[in-house]
Amino acid sequence: MDIQSIHSILLERFGESVVGTQTFKAIDPWIQVSAASIVEVCTFLRDDPRLLFNHLNDLCGVDYLEPDAKKAAKFGHEPHVEVVYHLSSLKQRHQLKLKVVVPRWKDNVEGQLPIVPSLSAIFGIANWHEREAYDLMGIHFEGHPNLRRILCPEDWIGHPMRKDYAFPLEYHGVRGR
Amino acid sequence: MSLHIEDPRIVEFDVQTDEMLVNMGPQHPSTHGVLRLLLRTDGEIVHECTPHIGYLHRCAEKIGENLSPPQYIPYTDRMDYLAAMNMNLGFALAVEKLIGMEVPEKAVHLRVLIAEIGRIASHLVGMGTYGLDLGTFSPFLYAFREREIILDLFEEVCGARLTYSYITIGGATHDLPDEIEMPDGLASLIGKHKGERLPFLDVIEIFLQWLELRIREYHTLLTRNMIFISRTAGLGILSPEMAVSYGCTGPVLRGSGVDFDLRRDGEAIYTRMYKGYDFEVPVAPFKEAPREVALGDNWCRFYVRMMEVVQAIRLVRQAIPKYKAASGSYREPFKMNTKLPKDEVYLETEAPRGQMGFYVVGNGEGNPLRLRAKSSCFCNVSVTDQICQGVPLADIPAIVGSLDIVMGEIDR
Repeated sequence: MDIQSIHSILLERFGESVVGTQTFKAIDPWIQVSAASIVEVCTFLRDDPRLLFNHLNDLCGVDYLEPDAKKAAKFGHEPHVEVVYHLSSLKQRHQLKLKVVVPRWKDNVEGQLPIVPSLSAIFGIANWHEREAYDLMGIHFEGHPNLRRILCPEDWIGHPMRKDYAFPLEYHGVRGR
Repeated sequence: MSLHIEDPRIVEFDVQTDEMLVNMGPQHPSTHGVLRLLLRTDGEIVHECTPHIGYLHRCAEKIGENLSPPQYIPYTDRMDYLAAMNMNLGFALAVEKLIGMEVPEKAVHLRVLIAEIGRIASHLVGMGTYGLDLGTFSPFLYAFREREIILDLFEEVCGARLTYSYITIGGATHDLPDEIEMPDGLASLIGKHKGERLPFLDVIEIFLQWLELRIREYHTLLTRNMIFISRTAGLGILSPEMAVSYGCTGPVLRGSGVDFDLRRDGEAIYTRMYKGYDFEVPVAPFKEAPREVALGDNWCRFYVRMMEVVQAIRLVRQAIPKYKAASGSYREPFKMNTKLPKDEVYLETEAPRGQMGFYVVGNGEGNPLRLRAKSSCFCNVSVTDQICQGVPLADIPAIVGSLDIVMGEIDR
């Protein structure tokens, strides 16, 4: 099933407050979904007999920020963080990309992680992917049963994949650079 | 008051064993690298098995944001270092999809040939080290003997034995060599004189003929071995529903009976490579399986790998004449100052261990804005806790080994 028909099915079911309108001009077109309803949308996508998106291929965060002030004018994106979900159906053999856009910091207070609901009750693998996104990108997944760092040590400070991450000068007596 | 015991067996059941936390790894020899398992055991039975990963974390994704795509190819080698050719291919295809590059026909067949030989090498290691996990040493020696010849051949192709960086954006770095000196290992195995010069593709054919006969030996050593069957059959059962929910891919998914292979069912840019090739996708359950075997157990995962080696040999055989007949160059030049368009692609390819995905976000500059490597082993190892519950401690290496993980890819 192509992206336009999936989009119209979602629009019919959830309405425009949940599903964003898209132009589908990208190589891999995507559908933007509001953060609050991502769990409902994914449950529907998984269980609807026409769609059956039962496989979460990937879940990752993307930080849109240009830390260099000289290049910021040409950057072309407002600073924000996206959570990108790649779903596919092993039965219907089609794919879908969903995006959730959240501010870089909750309430624009630096250090307050943006909140996205967790998919770990729907897809088993979301548990680990969300832990990785939390660890590296600094996104708080609400409702996650075990939101701890997964790749970095537990006492690591900061989220390395953020564009404005400052590399530590020292970690437990080991010099950083 | 004297205590009278009527049936001594009842006392056995009443013995309270303490719950114990056992730390296995990260330097444990049977965990394939630096995987740490935290086991909660009651006596000898494991109730909880929590994998702790990240000991090999290098943040390869962050490095990718500061490099142009051709410069990043060597980093993909170091993710899954046992199947580096397939990792190169996955990343190269993702970037080609982003910039809309068409690869010449000759390069396509060259890639199929190289990637499938890489798959054979990777599955040989998977088979050999799985034997080690189960306590038999000889299959490991046989597997590494064969793999050694593949490494010799790859050395003739690109100069490196482990981290090739051979398949690159637009094709490959060099064409295949015309004529090579027969590798010493192969020459002594087939009783030829050392130093004989032969066309490269003929050497591959000689090697495949020799390997094909050896596969029957592996089946006697492992697949049909009674001890091997009792250590693998009916253990670590992964149901198809759980395999799909936990995002398992590759032999782990097909061992659970889900018929899905990206070489056949993937995106057009990837399946186009395998168009015109005739191959089967081995999926559990198998007719020839011993009767102890259950769907989705260790034995099925192992056997899928063994069958994939046979299919890979078929694919290489078909690729040789196609490569010879193909016209055009072995690569489309990629200019180092190419700007990546403001777009984003996600592409998964069928690496030996599962579906390796690369997500590349371009932003009109030479370096990508975001480069994400979705690892197949990362998903496969996340299911460990589910399939290790209620098994004896001694079976943990057998179950984790059957997932065939490489820590370099999990931690990236």
